[in-house]
Amino acid sequence: MTGSLAGPSIWSRMMSGQTGPVCVVLIALFVLWYVGAVFMNAPTQIDKYNRADQTWTTSQLIEDTLAQERPILPAPHQVAQEMYKTIFATSITSKRSLVYHSWVTLSSTLLGFGIGTILGIVLAVGIVHVMTLEKSLMPWVISSQTIPILAIAPMIIVVLGAIGIKGVVPKAVISTYLCFFPVTISMVKGLRSPQVIQLDLMRTYNASKWQTFWQLRLPSAMPYLFASLKVAIAISLVGAIVGELPTGAQAGLGARLLAGSYYGQTIQIWSALLTAAFVAAMMVVIVGWCERRVLARMGVKA
Amino acid sequence: MTLKQVVNNVAEMPASKNAVVDIKNLSLTFQTADGPVYALSDVDLTINEGDFVSFIGPSGCGKTTLLRVIADLEKATGGDISINGVSPEQARENRAYGYVFQAPALLPWRSIERNVTLPLEIMEISKEERIKRAHEALKLVELNGFEKKFPWQLSGGMQQRASIARALSFDADLLLMDEPFGALDEIVRDHLNEQLLKLWARTNKTVAFVTHSIPEAVYLSTKIVVMSPRPGRIIDVIETDFPRERNLDIRETPEFLEIAHRVREGLRAGHSNDE
Repeated sequence: MTGSLAGPSIWSRMMSGQTGPVCVVLIALFVLWYVGAVFMNAPTQIDKYNRADQTWTTSQLIEDTLAQERPILPAPHQVAQEMYKTIFATSITSKRSLVYHSWVTLSSTLLGFGIGTILGIVLAVGIVHVMTLEKSLMPWVISSQTIPILAIAPMIIVVLGAIGIKGVVPKAVISTYLCFFPVTISMVKGLRSPQVIQLDLMRTYNASKWQTFWQLRLPSAMPYLFASLKVAIAISLVGAIVGELPTGAQAGLGARLLAGSYYGQTIQIWSALLTAAFVAAMMVVIVGWCERRVLARMGVKA
Repeated sequence: MTLKQVVNNVAEMPASKNAVVDIKNLSLTFQTADGPVYALSDVDLTINEGDFVSFIGPSGCGKTTLLRVIADLEKATGGDISINGVSPEQARENRAYGYVFQAPALLPWRSIERNVTLPLEIMEISKEERIKRAHEALKLVELNGFEKKFPWQLSGGMQQRASIARALSFDADLLLMDEPFGALDEIVRDHLNEQLLKLWARTNKTVAFVTHSIPEAVYLSTKIVVMSPRPGRIIDVIETDFPRERNLDIRETPEFLEIAHRVREGLRAGHSNDE
């Protein structure tokens, strides 16, 4: 007994925190991805062997399915290599650089997000304060989101192009179109969230509408605003990518996706997809960081 | 204005010229889907300057509604009411009263000090003056030292004291309090009642106080208004003559018990009419 390790086993110590379980899930996902890649790419690989009259072993099959040039499902390491090549090993001014394409998409995402957020807040303020605006605007706000963005995006691009507006603005308009909606809906709810007792309190001070808005409604709406901004920034990116599809694949992550699918470059598609996901995740993290800063300044219990 | 008119005006002034709240034949009916609800009916009441008036009665007797009518948070549907000689709406616009709600209703994103300065900010008083007055008001409710704390860092009783400080900060002569200590335990309530009386004695404000506790009403008041439900009406008005400076010991005196008994009888009579 004297030589044995005291205390919990390595396994239980590893799994007691968060790192252990998160790693396990991550590893499981990678294993699943590799297994998927082998099974999905195997038929074409076996076809290739048969046409070349080649004999093959299982280990050779696995090795080859994970190293195809145009696999149906590329293996993680292939995507990682492609991403390394196009992000770090390529000059960012090059048209082959994912950093360049990400920036193109990000610039219209941020512009659209900015305009969409302002538009969303302005609409919500109007809806909350003017009875007729609620009746007249709200149905349009909701029905605007029932139109598939894929259907309306090319029209926006074409119409704006016809009056000479090209480049970043049409894509930002599509982002705006998507992202004002959650902001409006959340802000209407947030601006109406003060309790009756708090509104009565402002009334006893004979506060003006503007003072009530500034001192009570807007601060009450902040948690609602940030929740909607996290959704808005992510779908704003989706809007920008969709906006890049009908422009003939000039630049941007959407263009990379489209070009990749034209030429069956699945590795390129997956690299662009993962990069888009990463960019979206980073922006959500940044919004979350702003949220914590603002709410901490507002004295919210940590 | 001619001299004659001035003389006439003086002659027409109410008999008690220091009436802060003057209510005549007031009624309020809410129209609901199930038909009209008579929240208040034929209410006559005068609250004089420096009075501490308690409204007591079972729930649904309209005591809170009456306070809200005084505060212009509800509109009467019949009768007359004047606050300092003007309509409740004008009185509210003049910021004639401070209102303390059942719940503290502090804004959670503001520190205690900034909660107390909220009405002053709305009244566009300079920052220096705001902070000075907030400190004075917080001192009155013995919350000095808690200026920078946020509401969630304070106990329920302290939060309610902060909300009283907020109502005191702009120094209105009339204080309307709607069951301010209803949600607090008895020990805290006793303590706050004592503090409130001291504050009232020191500032000479007029207080209208809604409660459902008989000892609280008798202990605090110079005038107890007993109300009864369906329709909400006043069934008894009891004047007490305890000294302005009183302590909790008076609750053991025969006078106190006698008044409490009369209040209880009134409440019971109001009920038996009803059932």
